[in-house]
Amino acid sequence: MKSISIKNNQQIPFDSIPVLEYEHFLDYNTSLLQIEDNHCVNYYGVSQQGNIKLICCVANDKNGLINISSAVVSLPTTLESFSQYHLAFEKFEREIHENFGIQFINHPWLKPVRFPINQSDKNNTIANYPFFKIESEELHEVGVGPIHAGIIEPGHFRFICNGEQILHLEIQLGYQHRGIENLFLQKKKLQELHTLAENISGDAVVGHSSAFVNLWETLCLQKTDGDLHFARTLASELERIAIHTGDLSGMCTDVGYQLGSAVFGRLRTPIINFFQQWCGNRMAKSLIRAGKTNFPFSAELGETLKNVLDKFEPDFEEMCDETFGSPTVMGRFEKTGMITNEIGKSIGLVGMTARMTNINRDIRASHPYNIYATLAHQPILKHHGDVFSRAQIRREEVKQSIAYIRDLFAKIPSENLNRKPLAKPTSNVFAISLVEGWRGEICHCAITDEKGELLHYKIKDPSFHNWLALALAVRNNEISDFPISNKSFDFSYAGHDL
Amino acid sequence: MINNIKILVHQGKQYIPDITTVEIPGIFRGRPIISNEKVDEKTLEEICPTQAISINPVQLDLGKCTFCGECAVAFPDKIKFTKEYKIATNNRERLVVKEGEENLIVLNPDLIRKEISDYFSGSLKLRQVCAGGDGSCELELGACGNVNFDMGRFGIEFVPSPRHADGIVITGPITKNMAAPLQICYDAMPKPKIIILAGTDAISGGIFIDSKALDRSFLETNHVDLYVPGNPIHPLTFINGILDLIRKRK
Repeated sequence: MKSISIKNNQQIPFDSIPVLEYEHFLDYNTSLLQIEDNHCVNYYGVSQQGNIKLICCVANDKNGLINISSAVVSLPTTLESFSQYHLAFEKFEREIHENFGIQFINHPWLKPVRFPINQSDKNNTIANYPFFKIESEELHEVGVGPIHAGIIEPGHFRFICNGEQILHLEIQLGYQHRGIENLFLQKKKLQELHTLAENISGDAVVGHSSAFVNLWETLCLQKTDGDLHFARTLASELERIAIHTGDLSGMCTDVGYQLGSAVFGRLRTPIINFFQQWCGNRMAKSLIRAGKTNFPFSAELGETLKNVLDKFEPDFEEMCDETFGSPTVMGRFEKTGMITNEIGKSIGLVGMTARMTNINRDIRASHPYNIYATLAHQPILKHHGDVFSRAQIRREEVKQSIAYIRDLFAKIPSENLNRKPLAKPTSNVFAISLVEGWRGEICHCAITDEKGELLHYKIKDPSFHNWLALALAVRNNEISDFPISNKSFDFSYAGHDL
Repeated sequence: MINNIKILVHQGKQYIPDITTVEIPGIFRGRPIISNEKVDEKTLEEICPTQAISINPVQLDLGKCTFCGECAVAFPDKIKFTKEYKIATNNRERLVVKEGEENLIVLNPDLIRKEISDYFSGSLKLRQVCAGGDGSCELELGACGNVNFDMGRFGIEFVPSPRHADGIVITGPITKNMAAPLQICYDAMPKPKIIILAGTDAISGGIFIDSKALDRSFLETNHVDLYVPGNPIHPLTFINGILDLIRKRK
C-alpha cells in the first residue's frame, strides 16, 4: 500500500500512514498529479527524533478521497525534487527547504518563502532576498513595497520592465510572519486556539475558524450538531458575499470608476453589519467555536437577514449591470492579467483563481463538509482567466450564495440545548480538514501525541498555491495595470506568511 | 450616464449624519462594565485567551482584550459589554476597566501635545503601516473612508506616502520582518508627527505576544499618541478617537 485514503474531516492513527522510500514517495505522488482530478492540498515536513517525516496529501476531486503518504529522511540531505515533474509542488518544497535545510535537486528556484522563526539557515534575513536579475541597459527594475500605497498588508513586488511593459515580476513575502503554527503548539487552551484560528487571515475568519473547529471536532471524535453545521455554512456564504462585494468595489477603485467603488463599498456594509448583529463582530470573529456556539441563529435573525438580502440583491445586480456595461471599465478589465487554463493547471491553482480559468476545483463540491452535501453545489466556471473573469465569478458567486442562504432559511435548525461537552483529542492521530473559503481551499492538518495534545499543526491558505499566478499574469502587461490585476486576485499576505 | 444618475439618486444619502452619537445596531461589544458580584475569580481569569483579565480586584485591560465575549457569556452578572464604542484613549492605563467603576473611557487632555491641536485640528493625513495585522483592522480602516462613515468630511484621510503624512497608524503585533520597514517609514515622515496604535494586536501584541516572531522595540523608543482598541477596531471607535485627539485642547 502506497498511501492511505481518507475523507475530509476524518482521523486516522498517525502510524497508519504508509512510510515509503523517498524514491517511491516521489514516484507515487508525482504520478498522482498526472491525473487531472488530483491536486496536492498539502505537503510538509514534521521533525521526528532528528529525522524529518515528509507528509504529502493529494486530494482526488472525483471520488472525494485524500491520499496520504509519507517518507522519512535524515538530515542533512539532498533529494530529487517533485517540482521538476510537477510545478504545483514548488512552494511546498521551498517551504520544506527553508524550514529544514533539505536541498532539492532540479527545483527551479529554491528560494526563501517567509523567513520564519524556525528557518534552518539563521543567517537568512528578509532584507537579503535573492531576487532574479537581468543585466541589460534597456531594462529597469521597479521595487514596490513592502509597505503599499493603500491600506493593505505588506509584501514586496520587484518588477523587471521594458519601458512600461512588465517582463518579469517576483513576489517576496514573509513580512507578516507571526509564528502562528508554533503558537498552536505553545497555547494549550481551546479558547486560545480559537483566537489564533480567527487571526490567521482577518478577511477569511469564517473560513479558517471553520477549518479549525471541524478539525478539532474530528480529533475529539465529536459528532457536530446540526445547528453548528448550519451556522458555519451560512456564515461561510455570507463571508463570500461580503468579501466578493468589497473586492468589486476595490476593482472599480483601481480603474477609477468612482460610482462602482462607492456603491459596492456601501453594499458590503449591511452584510458585515449583519455579522455584528449576529455575533457582535463585523468580521465574524467569536462566532465559530468547537462543539458549541455563543450566538445561536434564531428565526428572528433569519428574518433580519432575509430583509438585508432582499434589499441588497437588486442594488447589487443594478450596479453590476452598470459596471460591466461601462466601456471604460471593460476596457481595463478585459484581457488584463490573464492566466491560461494550461498554466493554471501546471501551478496547481485552487479556489476562484482556478475556476476563473476553467479548472473545476471547489471543495464544497468535491469534498463537502458541514452541510454542503445537501446543497449539491455546482461550481461557477469562467474561461478567459482575465480580470473580467474574476469580476464575473464574484458577481455570480454572490448570486449563488444568496440563493443558498435563501434555501437554508427553509429549515433553520433549533439550538441543541443538550450539547455534549467536548472530549479530549484522540492520542497519536492524524486528521485533515478542508474548507472552501471565499479565496479557495483552506487546509488544516493536525497530529496529536500520546497524551492527545497537538504535536504538529499545519495551516495552508489558498494563497500559498495562488500567489505565483499573479506574478505570471502580469507578464507583458503594462505596469500601470498591476494594481487592478493584484486586486482582482486579492490574495492573502497574512494567510501565506502565518 | 442616465443610469449612473439613476443609481446615484436611488442610493440616496448613505452617510451617517452624526458619527459621535449614532447607535450601533444589534449587539456590539464595546466598553465593558464589571459589577461587584462575587464570582469564582480564578475561573474568570482562566477563561480569557489573552490574559486581559486580572483579579484582586477584577480588571479587564482593553489593550489586551480580543472582545471575544467569552467572559461575559460565562459570567453574565459579572461582566457586561455595553454598546459604547468610544473606547479610544491616549493614556494606556485608562484602557484598564476596574470592577465597580463605570467611568467612560476618554482622552487625557493633559497628555495631548500642543502641536497636535495647533496643526492637525482641521486636517490630518495618515499613513497606514500593517505590521503583521491579519487584514481585519485594515479593512475597517478602509471602511472609515467609505461613503457610510466618510471620515474625509473631517479632513482625516489616508495618504499613499509617508512624506505626505502627519501621523502613522500601526496595525498588527509588529513582526520581526516588518520592524525595519516600519522604522524607515516613520523616519521618512516630517515632524511633528503622531503615532496611533489601531487594534489589540498593535496595542499589546494580543494573542501573539508570546511569539518569537515579534519585535516591538519601536514602541519602546517612540511615544504613542492614541490607542484604539478592538479586534478589529470599529470605524466609529477610530474616528471618534481621532476627533477627540485633534480637537481637544488643554
